[in-house]
Amino acid sequence: MLDVEDLSVSYGAVRALQGVTFQAQDGSVTAVLGANGAGKTTLLRTVSGLVKQRSGTVSYDGEKLTGLSVENIVRLGISHVPEGRGVIEELTVDENLRLGTLWQFNRGHRRSVLDEIYDLFPPLAERRSRMASTLSGGERQMLAIGRALSSKPKLLLLDEPSLGLAPMVTAQIMAMVQRLARETRLTVVLVEQNVRSALSIAEEAVVINLGRVVVADRAATVAADTQLRHHYLGF
Amino acid sequence: MSLFINLTLNGVTNGMIFAAVALGLVFIWRATHIVNFGQGSMAMFTTYLAVTLLDRQVNYWLAFAAALVAGLVMGAVVETVLIRPLRGKPALNPVIVTLGLFILLEGMAGSIFGIGNRSFPPAFSQAGLTFGHTKVAFSHFDVFILVAVVVLMLGTLVLFRATSLGLRMRAAAFAPEVARLLGVRVGRILTLGWALAAVAGSLAGLLVAPTVSFSPNFMDLVLVYAFTAAVLGGLDSPVGALVGGLVTGLALSYVGGYLGSSLEPLGALAILMVVLSARPEGLFSRPEPRRV
Repeated sequence: MLDVEDLSVSYGAVRALQGVTFQAQDGSVTAVLGANGAGKTTLLRTVSGLVKQRSGTVSYDGEKLTGLSVENIVRLGISHVPEGRGVIEELTVDENLRLGTLWQFNRGHRRSVLDEIYDLFPPLAERRSRMASTLSGGERQMLAIGRALSSKPKLLLLDEPSLGLAPMVTAQIMAMVQRLARETRLTVVLVEQNVRSALSIAEEAVVINLGRVVVADRAATVAADTQLRHHYLGF
Repeated sequence: MSLFINLTLNGVTNGMIFAAVALGLVFIWRATHIVNFGQGSMAMFTTYLAVTLLDRQVNYWLAFAAALVAGLVMGAVVETVLIRPLRGKPALNPVIVTLGLFILLEGMAGSIFGIGNRSFPPAFSQAGLTFGHTKVAFSHFDVFILVAVVVLMLGTLVLFRATSLGLRMRAAAFAPEVARLLGVRVGRILTLGWALAAVAGSLAGLLVAPTVSFSPNFMDLVLVYAFTAAVLGGLDSPVGALVGGLVTGLALSYVGGYLGSSLEPLGALAILMVVLSARPEGLFSRPEPRRV
C-alpha cells in the first residue's frame, strides 16, 4: 500500500503541493485527476524521488521513501513511467527493456523476464532490434510500460499514458493496466487528463486542485458527482 | 614522393594520439557535457609518475601500467571532488574549474618534478623501418602507438556496444533522468566516464612523451590538436574522435611538412574555424535528441 501523508512540495516560492494525503491499495488502480498545473506530475515525481518534498512523508508497505535516492526507491519495487513516455530514442527496443532489468536479475533470468514482456506486447517483439525512435506513439507507450514492468515492480506510477494516443490505443492501454493490477496484485497510481477513461478503470480517485486534495473517494462516487465533475474535471 | 609518404605515416601516428586524447574528451562530454581543459595536464602528471618510477629502475611495463591506473584514480577523484559539486550550476563554472585544474597541475608538476626538459625512454626502437632499400619515417615505436590506440578504440567499442555497463553508460548520457528511474546509478556512471577518459589521456601521454622533449607543458599542444579532432568528429561521438584525430593528424603533418612546422597551430585553428562555421555539430555527432 502506498501511503502519502501531509505531503507539501515547493518550487522556490511556488507551492506545488500542499498537505496532500491519500492511500493507494494493492491490486487496484488509483486515478489522480485534476486540471493542468494542479500538481499531479509533481506528486508522482515526489513519490519516485525526482523531486524533494518540503514536508510530509511518502511510504510504501511501511517503508519510508522520502529521503531515499531515486535509484534506491526503484530498488524497493517502484516503477515510474514519466510524462512523455521517457523512451530512450537512441537505444533499441531491446536495450530499453533490458535497462529496467539490469539492477535486479542475472543474465539468464533477464532473458526470461524480457520474453514475458514480449509476450505481453507482441508488437514490441517484432521490433526488438529497431531503434526506439522509429516506434509509433502507441508502441512507445507499450515500450515505456513494458520497461517499467520488466523490473517486476509492486507499485507502478503512470503519468498521462493516453497523451497523444488515438482513443482506440488509449482504451487498449487502459484495459491492460487494469488487467495487470488485478492479475498481478500491482498497485497502480494513474495520473490522467483523460478523466473518463481513467475513471473507467480506477477503483479509487483522488482529485487535486491547485496542489490540494479536493476529494479522495471511490472512483464510482467521483464519477457520479455531477457538481464535482463540472467544477474540477470539466465534464 | 617519399616526403609525402613520410608525412602521411607521421600524420597517421600523430592522428592516433590525437584520437586517444579526443576519445577522453568525448567520454567526458558525453557523461557530463563539460570540455575538460585539464585533460592534457592530467595525462602529463601521470606520465611524470611513470618516468619517476622508471628513474627508480621499476620495470618499464609496470611503470606504464601504473600510469594508466593513476589516470583511472585521478579521473575519478577529479570528478568526485571538483566536478560533482558543480552539477546544476552555470555552464561557465566547470570551464573555470577545469582551466584551474590545468594551471594547478602544471604548476605542481613543475615544483615536484622540475620544469626542465628531460627524456622519456620509448618502449620500442624509434629508428625508421626499412622497406626494400628505402628507409621510412615509421618505427617499431610508431607501430606500438597504432596498436595501443586501436586496442583502446576496440575496447571502447566493445564496452559501449556489448556490455551492460556500456548500456548503462549510454542511457546515462542520453537520458540521465530516465536512466535513474530505471535504477541506473548515474552518479557512479559519470565518475566512471571521467576515470576512463583519464586512462585514455594517460595512454596518450605515455605515447607522446618519448617523441618530444618532455616538460610539464608537453601535452598542451596535443590537447589543442585533440580538441580540434574532437570538434571535427563531433564532441559526443567515439567514432568521430578516431576519424577527427586521423584527419587532424594528417592535415597538420602536411601543413608542417610543406609549409613549415611553425604553421601547425594555425592549421588547427583553420580546421576549427571551418568546422564551426560549416558543420558546428561535427561529422559524426548524433542530431539533438527530440523529446516527444
